[in-house]
Amino acid sequence: MKINSPLEAYKYLPQTNCGECGEATCMAFASKLIDRSGKTTDCLPLIKEKKFAKKLAELDRLLAPEIREVVIGVGDRAVKIGGDDVLYRHKLTFFNKTKMFFDVTDTMEDAALVDRVKSIANFKKFYVGRNLLIDGVAIRSVSNDPAKFSAAVKKVSEVGIPMIFCSFNPAVLKAGLEAAKDANPLLYAANKDNWKEVGELALEYNVPVVVSAINDLDTLKSLTKTFSDAGVKNIVLDPGTYPSGKGMKDSFTNFLKIRRAGIMGDTEIAYPILALPFTAWMSGISDPVSASYWETAMAAVFTIRYGDVMILHSLEPYATLPEVHLAETIYTDPRTPVAVDSKMYKVGTPDENSPVLFTTNFALTYYTVESDLSSNGINCYLLAVNTDGIGVEAAVAGGQLTADKVKDAFEKSGFDLKTDVNHNTVITPGLAARLQGDLEDKLGAKVLVGPMDSGRLPGFMEKNWPPKK
Amino acid sequence: MAKKVKLSEMTDMFKDMEILSLEGVTIEGDIELDLSGLGGGFDPMLAALLGQENAILAQHFARLANMFGVPVGIGAPVAGAPGAAPGISPALAAPKFKDLIPAKFDVANIAEWTNQIQEVPIGNTSADGGSRGKRVLLGGEKALPFFPDAPMPNRNQVTIDVFDMRLGLAKAVKENYDDVMDNPGEWAKKNVEKFNADMITIHLISTDPLIKDTSPKDAAKTVEEVLQAVDVPIAIGGSGNPQKDPEVLAKAAEVAEGERCLIASASLNLDYAKIAEAAVKYDHDILSWTQLDMNAQKELNRKLMKQCNVPRDRIIMDPTTAALGYGLDYAYTNMERIRLAALMGDEELTFPMSSGTTNAWGARESWMVSSPLKEDSDWGPREYRGPIWEIITGLSLAIAGNDLFMMMHPTSVAVLKHITQTLFGSIEAEPVDISNWIGAEV
Repeated sequence: MKINSPLEAYKYLPQTNCGECGEATCMAFASKLIDRSGKTTDCLPLIKEKKFAKKLAELDRLLAPEIREVVIGVGDRAVKIGGDDVLYRHKLTFFNKTKMFFDVTDTMEDAALVDRVKSIANFKKFYVGRNLLIDGVAIRSVSNDPAKFSAAVKKVSEVGIPMIFCSFNPAVLKAGLEAAKDANPLLYAANKDNWKEVGELALEYNVPVVVSAINDLDTLKSLTKTFSDAGVKNIVLDPGTYPSGKGMKDSFTNFLKIRRAGIMGDTEIAYPILALPFTAWMSGISDPVSASYWETAMAAVFTIRYGDVMILHSLEPYATLPEVHLAETIYTDPRTPVAVDSKMYKVGTPDENSPVLFTTNFALTYYTVESDLSSNGINCYLLAVNTDGIGVEAAVAGGQLTADKVKDAFEKSGFDLKTDVNHNTVITPGLAARLQGDLEDKLGAKVLVGPMDSGRLPGFMEKNWPPKK
Repeated sequence: MAKKVKLSEMTDMFKDMEILSLEGVTIEGDIELDLSGLGGGFDPMLAALLGQENAILAQHFARLANMFGVPVGIGAPVAGAPGAAPGISPALAAPKFKDLIPAKFDVANIAEWTNQIQEVPIGNTSADGGSRGKRVLLGGEKALPFFPDAPMPNRNQVTIDVFDMRLGLAKAVKENYDDVMDNPGEWAKKNVEKFNADMITIHLISTDPLIKDTSPKDAAKTVEEVLQAVDVPIAIGGSGNPQKDPEVLAKAAEVAEGERCLIASASLNLDYAKIAEAAVKYDHDILSWTQLDMNAQKELNRKLMKQCNVPRDRIIMDPTTAALGYGLDYAYTNMERIRLAALMGDEELTFPMSSGTTNAWGARESWMVSSPLKEDSDWGPREYRGPIWEIITGLSLAIAGNDLFMMMHPTSVAVLKHITQTLFGSIEAEPVDISNWIGAEV
């Protein structure tokens, strides 16, 4: 983004405060443009009236992120990569989290191929009220045979998730493009030997393309310049990802330098970057668990330092869980605490016999407890106590979760333990056990200490509910 | 590379005609005016005035720049911009691809990083008046970790936890320590000899009135036992009870006199002065612990330095580690902000950092048999999940600026050390030809 204050964006707006965008004033809308929660297309006069066309174009240019955005795939599961404006997430937030593609090969048996693609497409991990997913499939042409590659692409494309076509052979890539028309795959890759042919393919089929120059940033930039001059807009960079030793340090340094140059204004290299933690499998580590661990560690390094899309191999849950969690972590907005409203929630259809529990309003804690309860069919009342978005253990230690705070939360929620339920009992999180005595005094209710982890609530309920008189 | 020039900078530039600073400077499109820096209201008259002055300056600037052979494209439309003059578009010329356009990649170092992180030693050898076999050095960085802007002087260090009593641990962790959990000395020895610990942390948790309420004297005995068992530097942690810790840690500091241990921790919710006083008196370092709050960290560091007279080379910060998936986003940002602020000159934050990486074992993904949610994909065997949870929690913070890791699982320690030392540049490995990765057999 070339501008950073609402005032600067305001200059390009109609300044009529017409309210059609949903904001009361153009200045308020300008603020939304700057923090990227609004788009110029939300301003109807700006896009409809001819006299504003020039201003619109200029504003779009000024608002464009420093790092170009590239879309891979089509439909619901299409992914967007790049789009960042800063080097450190606390300055603005990173946009478009790192996308994970897992590999298949064109030499796999049909059944095994379909199985693997399905487990990639169906991967799901619940986190803060939604699911973390795996983004796509990278098809490696091990056969180097256009017919074989085409057959594999056909199988994969039936599942409908984004694809990366991996081959240095233009004939193979072309066969893939023909087999999956309009799937908008990412082509991997154009290098200094095949760039003309692969560039032609990218233009002809209008698909994003990776340019690859291993540990050679001059050539990488030369390729992007050449491609961009020829009209290829959607470029992704592969500076090489060495899996070990000094080579890995070089790769890390290259990623840093490319992103720094891009953010600081070198438009010729301001493209998303592809990382290949996959190369962990080539580093000579012999047992698969160690190789998976190393691949995961590489994925972490390049999720944090500027990898926008990556190709990986291990689908073992111990590898994928931390990978998808870390991408989510690095790309959350650190300026807004993830909290839910502090109030009394109903889980399922509770009645006067149902248990009453409380937890903190930290979104992670709340959603974890809520989903543990609802997915096990436990109808109950769940109070989210305002702890400023801090989890149970830390809030108890830091004084944000006290008996007084819980009492206060009950009062504000309008829930009366004596009349709304017939047992006058509250279940406290196991990590807040030390509040038990204090709570009984303050609430005038019976307090049961729940399990240390809400995942154990079903077992706890079986044993302890209804409470003994 | 193009550097954006703001009016304020330009005025400065013209003040002393420092021509050298023009090198590599280009002006993109219209010269930027940073009006947001002018304070409250927007004054159109002022803007017009500035605009005029701006234009005049720009002319001067261009002439000057041309004179010295610096290419400056004032008013030239940015390539590819919508509405820019079409000119001769190479995209329209056939054939589209002719020759590779040569290019030179170049990027400057970060100029704003002016401060060096304080170097802090832990452990006294016989030369320093102690009995440790080696000394650990933390800090000294002039750039973010592993960045090419300046060499990183000291690698990351790992201290493995020992507790002064048997306690409940995740199964995957416990099976490594079951045979030594009743003997802190043996436990420490195993950490060093078998698991390659750079340091040992002894946690005196049995002193907690709610646990065993053992006396400071008992705790001191445990510390002596550990000091005898191993010759690496040690960190000494309390139970986390704010009433008891100052007393326990002061006593522990006393019996460990001259060993330059790391006393953990001083915090704002206990009598930090008592702990700091003991640390300084008996020749130790102090861990300044706050909870995910940069300003609280500054406050505590300031109090330690100004009120308690702790020398700068005895302070290490622990800004709190929240585990992956359980607030690591805050921990990561907090550490990165602290380190960046320090590098850019905040003297209250220029200290090495330590992480209670063991906190990762609190995440359910690290220890639970399987997901409690039917909708989740299979979580796989937890024996493999736990260690990687600790590794990724620690590794992320290593990249954010953390120097010392308090860890537990031997595999986690080994992998974290290997990857951080690879990024540090001290791991040699056979070069791998990665150009053929597409066809690799895996």
